[in-house]
Amino acid sequence: MAIPKVMGTEIEYGITVKNDRDFDPISSCVLLVNAYREDHAGRILWDYDQENPLADARGFQVDGEKYTPNQQENIARNKTLVNGARYYVDHAHPEYSCPEVTNVRDLVLHEKAGERIVEISRREATALLPKDAEVLVYKNNSDRKGNSYGSHENYLMDRRTSFKQIVEHLMSFLVTRQVYTGAGKVGSENRAQPCLYQLTQRADFFETEVALDTMVKRPIINTRDEPHADREKYRRLHVIVGDSNMSEYTIYLRNGATALVLSMIEDGAIRRDLALRDPVRAIKEVSHDPSCKREIQLENGKKLSAVQIQREFLEMALQYASSRTLDAQTRDVLDKWQHVVECLERDPMELSREIDWVIKKAMIESFMERKGLDWESPQVQMLDLQFHDVRPDKGLYNLLERQGKVARIVTDEEITRAIHEPPEDTRAYFRGECLKRYAGEVFGVNWDSISFGIGDEPIKRVLMGEPLKGSKAHVQDLLDASPTAADLVRNLRA
Amino acid sequence: MQRVRIRATGDADAALLPIFGAADQQQKQRPRKGGDEEEGGGEGSQKLAKKGEKLKEDMDALVDEIDEVLEENAEEFVKNYVQRGGE
Repeated sequence: MAIPKVMGTEIEYGITVKNDRDFDPISSCVLLVNAYREDHAGRILWDYDQENPLADARGFQVDGEKYTPNQQENIARNKTLVNGARYYVDHAHPEYSCPEVTNVRDLVLHEKAGERIVEISRREATALLPKDAEVLVYKNNSDRKGNSYGSHENYLMDRRTSFKQIVEHLMSFLVTRQVYTGAGKVGSENRAQPCLYQLTQRADFFETEVALDTMVKRPIINTRDEPHADREKYRRLHVIVGDSNMSEYTIYLRNGATALVLSMIEDGAIRRDLALRDPVRAIKEVSHDPSCKREIQLENGKKLSAVQIQREFLEMALQYASSRTLDAQTRDVLDKWQHVVECLERDPMELSREIDWVIKKAMIESFMERKGLDWESPQVQMLDLQFHDVRPDKGLYNLLERQGKVARIVTDEEITRAIHEPPEDTRAYFRGECLKRYAGEVFGVNWDSISFGIGDEPIKRVLMGEPLKGSKAHVQDLLDASPTAADLVRNLRA
Repeated sequence: MQRVRIRATGDADAALLPIFGAADQQQKQRPRKGGDEEEGGGEGSQKLAKKGEKLKEDMDALVDEIDEVLEENAEEFVKNYVQRGGE
């Protein structure tokens, strides 16, 4: 039986400062992240003790130096938020890791809340700069000059499912899901074949099939084995091959279909042979073909288009679903997946309200036609970039959303609420509530722990190896019976 | 009863403390969101033409609005937008 797919996303944003000759990305990131103030505004550490990004899922440890900042730097770069998220500086980018959620609707809500939080801090940070300067932030993945920054999805998986099984079945799914997960990009880069417009921001950057790296020689399947949970029971599949999506519908389908396929892998329900001959080549071929008709080579000699391969996965998923009682949301994911595959089979441009790369392409084409521009003109490149601008008034995706031109999954009210409220059905609830109630005594946080410093006592660390424990149902009474952190620790001991 | 360890850092006598009872997951039922309603198709060529006109007007208005907010010095701005690789 597949385990519940607890999920989360980590989004790295692009950043620049307009009218600042001395723009420095790292100090701008620190300014941005620290401009976001919650009531607790504490000196809370991110607990690096618990991290091990060099463990490889294939069963070994890679040599390398683990990054551990000093205390001051740690506090300056890391914010743990009352909604259970982590907002921080990663290399030269601001990054938002949403709290753990159990379902794709909550995932959309919290990924979108992250955009709002970035926008709030962008405004606050800009207010601290000289008059003409403005911090600008983009939820995209490339500067179109060969530099890429990530958008990572995380899925909780059963440790008993071998990594080999995951690789075997997931590769062709990840390569072909681009037809509905792409955020769209004008042109190509990183020595890829030239093209006018492609489905994804990221395909040009994938150079190998399976590896631990994320910054150089990027792999389609990443082997980082850092479960942030009980490692005897779980793995956290770290999917680094996606784009940062703007469309709620696209985010919903991206994570929904992927989670379903992972459950099917755990249950041994992928039985068709869809292995690709050359996934690294195929990922670019698929991305560079907005008609979605081009066929790619399978290992068994057949040739199928990405849409045909997605149709195969969809059929297996429908069959899988028919023998189980699924919750309403998983059924809804299947309905949307089916709708999208059918549109892609007829004409991808039918998805100009749902799927990012189509929304963007339709917008650019209307603009080009009216203004007599071509794909190489600077305005068209600007449209591509500004589509991802997080400002509500200037961001072009946000403009389309305000005009009712794109499909929604959640409401603005729900997103606003998710800025301050953690999901109620995972350990993120306990984390968020501890920050709301006991911020002064919270010493450090990581995904699977929270530690308290009470008076002169030694630091007490609460371990949370079970992502589904620490939910509201589990801890509400405990929290209500604990007016102070000292009470909480005492009650945990009782 | 599930147990979660609390330990004092740098201290070997980790205490085992009960927290977070058995998982009684509540599967939240969310209202279903269907695909978007198709716009009703017009009958007859006149209606179609009208619809086409309306679409074009809509599109023109949208292009104007985009044009208004689009960064003015597109060429320079795009050229200067350089990021360090991340992840």
